[in-house]
Amino acid sequence: MLGNEAIARGAYEAGVKVSAAYPGTPSTEISENIVKYDEIYAEWSPNEKVATEVAIGASISGVRAMASMKHVGVNVASDPLYTISYGGVNGGLVLVAADDPGLYSSQNEQDTRCVARAAMVPVLEPSDSQEAKDFVKFAYEISEKYDTPVIVRTTTRLAHSQGTVTLKERVEPKDQPYERNPAKFVMMPANAIGRHVYVEQRMKVMAEDSGSFAINRAEYQDTSIGFITSGIPYQYVKEACPNASVLKLGMVHPLPRKLIEEFASKVEKLYIFEELEPVIEEQVKSWGIEAVGKEIFTVQGEYSANMLREKVLNEKVQVKDPAKVPARPPILCPGCPHRSVYSVLNKLKIHAAGDIGCYTLGAVPPLNVIDTTVCMGASISTLHGMEKAKGKAYIKNWVAVIGDSTFLHTGVNSLMNMVYNQGTGTVIILDNSTTGMTGHQDHAATGKTLKGETVPAINIYELCRAMGIKHVTEVDAFDTEKLERIVREETARDEVSVIITKAPCVLLKGNVFPYKCRPVTEQCKKCGACLRPGCPALTKNADGTIAIDDTMCNGCGLCEQLCKFNAIERAEA
Amino acid sequence: MTKNIMIVGVGGQGTLLTSRILGGITLDAGYDVKLSEVHGMAQRGGSVVTFVRYGEKVAEPIVEEGQADVLIAFEKLEALRYAHFLKKDGVLVVNEQRIEPITVVTGAASYPEHIVEGLEQEHTVYKIDAMAEAKKLGNSKVFNIIVLGMAAKHMDFSKEAWLEIIEKTVPPKTVDINKKAFLKGYEG
Repeated sequence: MLGNEAIARGAYEAGVKVSAAYPGTPSTEISENIVKYDEIYAEWSPNEKVATEVAIGASISGVRAMASMKHVGVNVASDPLYTISYGGVNGGLVLVAADDPGLYSSQNEQDTRCVARAAMVPVLEPSDSQEAKDFVKFAYEISEKYDTPVIVRTTTRLAHSQGTVTLKERVEPKDQPYERNPAKFVMMPANAIGRHVYVEQRMKVMAEDSGSFAINRAEYQDTSIGFITSGIPYQYVKEACPNASVLKLGMVHPLPRKLIEEFASKVEKLYIFEELEPVIEEQVKSWGIEAVGKEIFTVQGEYSANMLREKVLNEKVQVKDPAKVPARPPILCPGCPHRSVYSVLNKLKIHAAGDIGCYTLGAVPPLNVIDTTVCMGASISTLHGMEKAKGKAYIKNWVAVIGDSTFLHTGVNSLMNMVYNQGTGTVIILDNSTTGMTGHQDHAATGKTLKGETVPAINIYELCRAMGIKHVTEVDAFDTEKLERIVREETARDEVSVIITKAPCVLLKGNVFPYKCRPVTEQCKKCGACLRPGCPALTKNADGTIAIDDTMCNGCGLCEQLCKFNAIERAEA
Repeated sequence: MTKNIMIVGVGGQGTLLTSRILGGITLDAGYDVKLSEVHGMAQRGGSVVTFVRYGEKVAEPIVEEGQADVLIAFEKLEALRYAHFLKKDGVLVVNEQRIEPITVVTGAASYPEHIVEGLEQEHTVYKIDAMAEAKKLGNSKVFNIIVLGMAAKHMDFSKEAWLEIIEKTVPPKTVDINKKAFLKGYEG
């Protein structure tokens, strides 16, 4: 079972009744598996803040609830998280946060444990799929026992690794009765003062009790070397140093101080082996315990068993140098509508403030359109900030580009701001009818829910119009001629404008491609114009003419539009 | 002894399906098994690597440099990229397909020539033009199962067990063609 599948199973067995999430690698498959259990109501929410609040509402009403997200989603959810830490729970409340050491699919490498410490929320960290399931269940027990939301922290390596898992039956916990309790759930100053005292006390008690939690476990063997570790790094310790003593922490916040002190006193040399920030290490060292950690282990990227062999065992790991080969970065798919839009922007030498999605790939050669990417929704507000700093003339050759799902996530607020504060920028919403990069999840504008029900879709065009924007234009993403004209017109305007480029993601299920593009070699002038947008289906023959891989081509016709010599034809497949 | 298998290729070549088949057969045989995959951004036509480790008790889910018993490469540049993961006596099974990365198409880099010949100097290499073989079978998509069939000879499972797990794992409509593809690789 995939780590994420095991988390979903844990939620099922724990009797969870409500789950809410926004997709984000590496957390997406949690919801995609939870939805298979009819006993759980599961939804895609527009963003992580909303998802967390939905879960909070369910918890307050008296049932067990889950919100899941990637690490940067925790930032969006942090507003409700910090305060529900004060309020506590009625039914158990678990937030699953998936960190991404090594940056496989993220914009930063932040450590959720730091957020959890600031928010005073306990954190459990499983080491494999079996623990992922078991820890979720334990999280609900302690959530209700200690009146606290609990974070289950995973990493990419855990979320996307498979291991064997023993299944159990679902336990249907009784719904907690709901009683009005403003002192606990209305966080205005007078109530929050009292709850803050409670929270501090709660974390002290949990730290004390956690010494006897089974998930915090000392494995004494050879005591000349001891490791304090947790999560996936535990597996690297077992691989490289199977005979060493290990204090395996299943709960990484708050820390079981007595257990750690006892372990430290029994081993000769103590190492703290944790990916990303020295969260355990700094606390342990602050207690006057001697240990080695980030002096030799990096705060960046993923760890490995070889790292321990080299840095702890001083073994020379004999590995060959990797061959020097051309990089193969991710690229937009053949037939991707984003490529068509970018080829127009590239031609017009327009800069784009970018956003989070597949279309972030517009930042790299050969497209080179996107200049900035910060976080979900930031494209629109960044462009607005540039205008306010440098004046409206300065952004005449700028646009903001944002996907449909990202627009509904947090782009809407930024667009409202642009209208309110008299921005004049042009926003291009790349509407491909799905949340693409995370693997095609529905959202409020697709007309389908996570459960597969057909529902009324938010109309993005009408939404923009309702904000008072006069110039909202919808255009086929592959109609480059029309798009070019519209982009010229709208960027010239001294008013805010929105262009919605429409074409479904090529990988979307049910999409059919009736066309293929084929080279007409005798017409080819070897100018390379068709290669400029970087479609992976196009390559050069040895003589410089164009070849099109017909297994990859989806017949979008962009290359045909770019060829001035009729050397590419688009015909029925 | 834990056995370390790696499957490398280009996003979209079906590494996830292949690793699911491999994971399934190791489980059916009663081994402990761990698989590690790449999802999301890294998949979009980029270099993709999947690890499969099986044995009595498996700790870490990844294969590290110098430890792979079998490296299954669906594309030859990817074979070269990950060849240093092979053990001294490890086996490389490579599909001789050439997929140019965007860095080559734009002229920023050049695709190395004679990759397979170079790798044969240092490793035990089994090569196949699986795409051509798959087209002969009438479905270019099953090239990955042909390569898997070739690699299967270097693992610890019977032909029958492979055919059984393929039947259980691939979409029902494609069972026959996938079995044929497997046998093409397995028996040559």
